[in-house]
Amino acid sequence: MTTLTKHPDPELSASGKPGNSRKSRKPHKRGKPAAGFRGIGDLKIALLFIAPAMVGFLLFYLVPTIRGIYLSFTEYSILGDPEWIGVKNYQQIVKDPLFWNALGVTSEYVVINIVLQTLLALGLAILMHRVAKSTLIRGALLLPYLMANVIAALLWFWMLDYQIGIVNQFIEWFGLPRVAFFGSEEWAIPTQALINTWRHMGYTALLIFAGLQAIPHTVYEAASIDGSKAFSTFWRITLPLLRPVLVLVLVVTVIGSFQVFDTVAVTTQGGPVNATRVLQYYIYQRAFNEQDFGYGSALAVILFLILAIVAFIQMKFLRGNQSDLD
Amino acid sequence: MTTLSSPKAATRRRPFNWRRTSAWVLLAIAIAVSVLPFYWVLRTAFSTNGSLASNSASLLPADFSLGAFKRVFGLQTASEAIAEGGSGASINFWQYLLNSLLFSSITTAGAVFFSSMAAYAFARLRWKGRDGVFTLFLGTMLVPPIFTALPNFLLVKNLGLLNSMLGLVLPYLFMTPFAIFFMRQFFLNMSREVEEAAMLDGAKHWRIFFQIVMPNAAAPIATLALLTFMGQWNEYFWPLLVGTSEESRVLTVGLGVFKSQSPQGAPDWSGLMAATLVSALPVLILFSIFGKKIVNSIGFSGTK
Repeated sequence: MTTLTKHPDPELSASGKPGNSRKSRKPHKRGKPAAGFRGIGDLKIALLFIAPAMVGFLLFYLVPTIRGIYLSFTEYSILGDPEWIGVKNYQQIVKDPLFWNALGVTSEYVVINIVLQTLLALGLAILMHRVAKSTLIRGALLLPYLMANVIAALLWFWMLDYQIGIVNQFIEWFGLPRVAFFGSEEWAIPTQALINTWRHMGYTALLIFAGLQAIPHTVYEAASIDGSKAFSTFWRITLPLLRPVLVLVLVVTVIGSFQVFDTVAVTTQGGPVNATRVLQYYIYQRAFNEQDFGYGSALAVILFLILAIVAFIQMKFLRGNQSDLD
Repeated sequence: MTTLSSPKAATRRRPFNWRRTSAWVLLAIAIAVSVLPFYWVLRTAFSTNGSLASNSASLLPADFSLGAFKRVFGLQTASEAIAEGGSGASINFWQYLLNSLLFSSITTAGAVFFSSMAAYAFARLRWKGRDGVFTLFLGTMLVPPIFTALPNFLLVKNLGLLNSMLGLVLPYLFMTPFAIFFMRQFFLNMSREVEEAAMLDGAKHWRIFFQIVMPNAAAPIATLALLTFMGQWNEYFWPLLVGTSEESRVLTVGLGVFKSQSPQGAPDWSGLMAATLVSALPVLILFSIFGKKIVNSIGFSGTK
């Protein structure tokens, strides 16, 4: 276990989130075999070792990526063959009010989700770092993240029920009017964002906590010797040193957040009216309910582009790949 | 200068410390918010629908009953189920449980094994184009799953594998980019000495991989398998597209169907929560056994 915790990057992102920015540089530094070993290279044996993974990569990652881009330029309703129509799908998307609605609703969701989640997680990470580093506490905070989105959705669908949900009981005890969390247009998206914040808060806190643990004690000691107060130590030392970790956390969580689907699909299904028809749900509906694969693919290309641009901007402007500790 | 740090130490030793106490209170609230909803699921699952409405805030199950679990596992007749507030539609969580178990185990075994092999080639073997291929593999992490899901669905459909276990597991079976990355990191940092000794003895890469490298990598493989299994157990989107028939539904999809069948006016809350609990249970069990391993695996270790 010791070797493990030191080395691999276990960011739990089997769902396709980006890893950290250093990985691609590593082979040059460490991948060299011992001098003089099998000078001609191990190409033959290497091909055998990567053959199964290569099959999976080609069949289920590379080819579908290319095919997805191709389909976005076609009209394709599953029956028959895709028919090339150029950029017509994209022209339609620009004029599609439901697309703009989806983009707006998704953005609102991402902003609420990310702001709340990051602030709460940062606060929790600092609390853990100060007073309690026990595995039990971290485990308790991680619990919601280990549950499926569907479970988180149903759990809160029940707790937030208008009639007999426990949260509305509380609200009523405080003398406030009941809230239709899922049923009202203005609450539907904040509710989705809150559910996902609940599920990701502890996980994000643990990532930030790991970053806090990596800041050397000597830095804090030096600050306290120089007479720095806790508040200014946080703003001037902790936060800047934590920046690379925070940027990575933001990139990963923002990308994940844009792809919200499960909780919407299980609870509100896009409604009320169009209030929760988020991008991925809209893509799903166009492709699978309306059998419009060309249009769905074009929407997916746009989602892909949005994610790429958002990640790029975050890395670029927050200088996520440079550490101030070096 | 020492005078500056000593008052701080003194406050720490005082019997009551406001800052520490408030920190603990905040942490306790966060833990309560994270954990207590699960108690509410448990409490609701053992209640009956009829009593839930009138005892909506009681801390203990309202009119304790196992009826909800019977309903979930299809042990109630339709009329019994309707009498207790269920939909009466046939629902069989045993089938979904079995499907989820198969889906998660098969994909985990395949992805971990094949990804380890590939990771070994990326970390230990020397061949032309290695780093380029590796970068390409990792690049797929950036492609949002829905993007590849549409063409993958078409492929699985054209192969005639919709609503089959094979169709469900295929995209995950051969590798996941994360698994390759994870194992490669471990192999890169593993000591070469034993491998080199074996190689001088004339051992082939196959033997080295299976007899030396894999046994030495048991700990990270276990962690990876745990993480992959839990991720697969929670997977919803792909099974929703491919496994829609009663026979091929996994738990997450089954839960969604169960929810949509629930009577609209008066949902079958206890049934829903019993189903939720059943779906969460395997992960809860894994977490209670391997909690430490899972908790410790979380963090960006690559960043300073």
